[in-house]
Amino acid sequence: MSDASTVTIEIDGKTLEVKAGVMLIDIADDANIDIPRFCYHRHLTIAANCRMCLVDVENAPKPLPACATPVMDGMKVHTKSARAIAAQKATMEFLLINHPLDCPICDQGGECELQDVAMAYGGDVSRYTEGKRVVKDKDIGPLISTDLTRCIHCTRCIRFGEEIAGLRELGATGRGENMQIGTYIEHAVSSELSGNVIDLCPVGALTAKPSRYSARAWELNQYPSIAAHDCIGSHLSVHTFRSDTNRIVPIENSEINECWLSDRDRFSYKGLTSRDRLLKPMIKMDGQWRETDWQTALEKTFAAMQDTIRNYGADQIGVLASPNSTLEELYLLKKLTSNIDCFNFDHRLRQLDFSHQDQAPMIPTLGSSITDLESLDSVLLIGSNISKEQPMLGIRLRKAQKKGAKICQINHRVYDLRMPCEVGIAAHYRNLVLELAAVAKALNIDSSLLPHAANTLFVQAQILEKHSQIAEILKNGEKSHVILGNQAISSPYYSLVEIFARAIATSCNCLFGYLTDGANATGAWLTGAIPHRDYNGASQKTAGLNAQSMLEQPRNLYLLHNIEIDYDCADPVTALSAVASSDFVVCMTPYVSSDMQNYADILLPISPYLETSGTFINIEGRVQTFAGASKLKNSEARPAWKIIRVLGNYFDIDGFEFNSSKEILEEIERTIGEFKGDNTATITEATALADKEDVIYRCSEVNMYHSDSIVRRSEPLQNTPEAKEDRIHINADLAKKLNLERATQVLVKHGNKTIAMHLAIDDTVANDCAWTSFATATSKKLGPMYGVIELEAD
Amino acid sequence: MSKSLSQLVSSKAVAEVELWISKYPAEQKQSAVMAALRIVQDENGGYLNRELMDGVAGFLDMPFIAVYEVASFYSMYEHNPVGKYKICVCNSISCMINGSEKIIDYLEKKFGIGVGEVTKDGRFSIKEVECLGACVGAPMMMIGKEYYEDLTPEKIDIIIDGLK
Ligand code: SF4
Ligand code: FES
Ligand code: FES
Repeated sequence: MSDASTVTIEIDGKTLEVKAGVMLIDIADDANIDIPRFCYHRHLTIAANCRMCLVDVENAPKPLPACATPVMDGMKVHTKSARAIAAQKATMEFLLINHPLDCPICDQGGECELQDVAMAYGGDVSRYTEGKRVVKDKDIGPLISTDLTRCIHCTRCIRFGEEIAGLRELGATGRGENMQIGTYIEHAVSSELSGNVIDLCPVGALTAKPSRYSARAWELNQYPSIAAHDCIGSHLSVHTFRSDTNRIVPIENSEINECWLSDRDRFSYKGLTSRDRLLKPMIKMDGQWRETDWQTALEKTFAAMQDTIRNYGADQIGVLASPNSTLEELYLLKKLTSNIDCFNFDHRLRQLDFSHQDQAPMIPTLGSSITDLESLDSVLLIGSNISKEQPMLGIRLRKAQKKGAKICQINHRVYDLRMPCEVGIAAHYRNLVLELAAVAKALNIDSSLLPHAANTLFVQAQILEKHSQIAEILKNGEKSHVILGNQAISSPYYSLVEIFARAIATSCNCLFGYLTDGANATGAWLTGAIPHRDYNGASQKTAGLNAQSMLEQPRNLYLLHNIEIDYDCADPVTALSAVASSDFVVCMTPYVSSDMQNYADILLPISPYLETSGTFINIEGRVQTFAGASKLKNSEARPAWKIIRVLGNYFDIDGFEFNSSKEILEEIERTIGEFKGDNTATITEATALADKEDVIYRCSEVNMYHSDSIVRRSEPLQNTPEAKEDRIHINADLAKKLNLERATQVLVKHGNKTIAMHLAIDDTVANDCAWTSFATATSKKLGPMYGVIELEAD
Repeated sequence: MSKSLSQLVSSKAVAEVELWISKYPAEQKQSAVMAALRIVQDENGGYLNRELMDGVAGFLDMPFIAVYEVASFYSMYEHNPVGKYKICVCNSISCMINGSEKIIDYLEKKFGIGVGEVTKDGRFSIKEVECLGACVGAPMMMIGKEYYEDLTPEKIDIIIDGLK
């Protein structure tokens, strides 16, 4: 018997009890009954335009498309009856009329849905003798190749843009025989998720440009791995040809990345074969770089560290590690440094305000699961361009927004989040604090709980319509979330931002969370890759210097792990001068740059992501371990954990006998055990807000295609318009005030640096704010990510 | 950045587009896209260009590509200059059986231009169109909003002479 919500149907003689109203194709998929399809995709809306899924339903006058036919009680379906097969064969024949049948020269060959379905349902001989339609290929950028003659007009790529990426760039123009997929006006697609159409396209019309013609699908080996460029940890499959990474595709995981992947995670691997790769250990002798063997390099490193300790004390050593380092690497570095009494160890390279670090929660997390974002009613994003910084979360929020969630942002620029925003406030980093204070005031929070520095701001705050709106939205949501993004964490007033953000969240009963830089910031906090706490948040005997102080107060020796100091630190100019003035710099690095050759004394080649094994903890607190997949030919690079282990042995520290990264992880699990992703904290320490001045505040966003050294060397990503964004953006009001309305180039003065930059007049930018993209070749010549600058016409 | 519609067309045209927008629910502005394209096309001497399409997209909060799709789908939108008089000759089945090919030939010779071209003085252009629903008067053509049926070369001469 079936009640109202379940119905009984029969497919190919199999009786099924199923939920009413579900599409036939979903039921068949669940029951492992094969129905061919092209346009249907379970994450996209139904288009029912390819007709490949026609099935025979009893009492229906004609075959029906399974993807668009909801099940009804008593329905009897035949997927293999004569009528069904005839319909499927006829559809296949029509689809192939205009298809070039050029499988031998098509990259999709061997993994093509059209090929597979044609094998099963196509005729063996074509009856078609007329001329075929030909479509000119379009150049849609460095990531996707087009062979549009192969297109079967399923519109998956178009629906993806509209429904998932939130940016409609591809469309179908013309009609009938002349219909074409493309951008119409030729331009490179700019979505951070564009590469997913390669996976979606059921034929070879859209294929991956960087791996074009390089290998056949069946020649590749595949290894599962974890993406290393944001705090999400998308699951991916590394496809290697011989020992090289040939391409990367997503592995479906409904809790993290579903079946999607950001372009950054998909195409960064191209950076692994960059000419900048450091192949052998190198040592500088009398100003000359010489190749050396591992033993000499490590002995020299040890000797230099010992010299510093002996002559100046361990406090004169500074250790900076990338937040993309693995848990194992960071754990060993902590073990090494604390055993030699050096506490100047940090991964928070793009942070400027550390005043409340002692009160920070043990680990920063999102405060909810990734999937939970979909069911939010309202979100306040503070200092976050989430769609570009964590594209997978952008997808989730877009889904929530489609279901009615209200999205608010307080940013330096009202970002195009690829979804409608209820309230968007643009404020430079000083004003951003005041905007938050006003929202807090609109919520009537108990200001007696605020520390003094925040309380004075609270008292002065002026509540405007927009603040009340945000307050209402957060208050009225059953499930709301306040999120501090990468740019909030980098703010010179991070502490004040966090105080108000937490006060707002508490007063509206919202979730609260962070979005951190890199792939493993959460793991870094947990393993004590911070100067003021030991593993697991435990206290340690003294606090060392944080990342910024270590550079402001130059150390005698630096050990830099997997970073390029002039790109990966919040203040590139200070960072460069610190390493330049030090006595000795050891770089554990997969790459060498000319700047690095200037400041370093020893270069130790480490195996980058994809070539090494390890663990990342993502922003949900999810622990994900991966193995190495590829290997660079002629490279002597070693996994970083092995290098640190050897250093530990030289220092004769107990417990440095590891044979694999797995053993290190086991030790971590033993020492740290279960950890809580609890984000609660009471923050009272804060950096006081500087007085208001009539100046221009520079605010930055790390350019998504410059976020780390691998990404910066991926040629296809570097050729995207996004990577080339290197202008200084100001709004029309400021341009007018500075008499720059017609200028295209300006001189930017930050600290004692002056450089020329291209100007963009952009009304999304806050008043009195100059927005720049960070970690680029231009930005490294300027001062810190945030600061007061001067602008004048060039 | 693309120009806004009000920078591109007269305020009268903008008002007309707004009138069309007001006929649809507020959150479905894009329903006015066809009317908007027609209005800006008329004002631009009978054809669209990228700026105008982008302007319409901006005005209706639509992605550019969505406007290009509409503008390239319907044959009434032109993407190249047309004559002051756009002569649309039906060449679908009923008209074809009744000699539309000859009508087209005659027009081509008369003006010295081919289908899809414009006379030097910019007054005439010829376009082949699909059935205009006037099969009963085949062969037929449309100039502006007027239908002319049961065409013969002589009749065409009289019609053309009658145009100012
Ligand atoms: S390009 Fe591919 S995904 Fe897009 S419509 Fe054509 S076949 Fe479908
Ligand atoms: S899959 Fe059903 S019509 Fe395309
Ligand atoms: S065929 Fe010409 S009007 Fe119908």
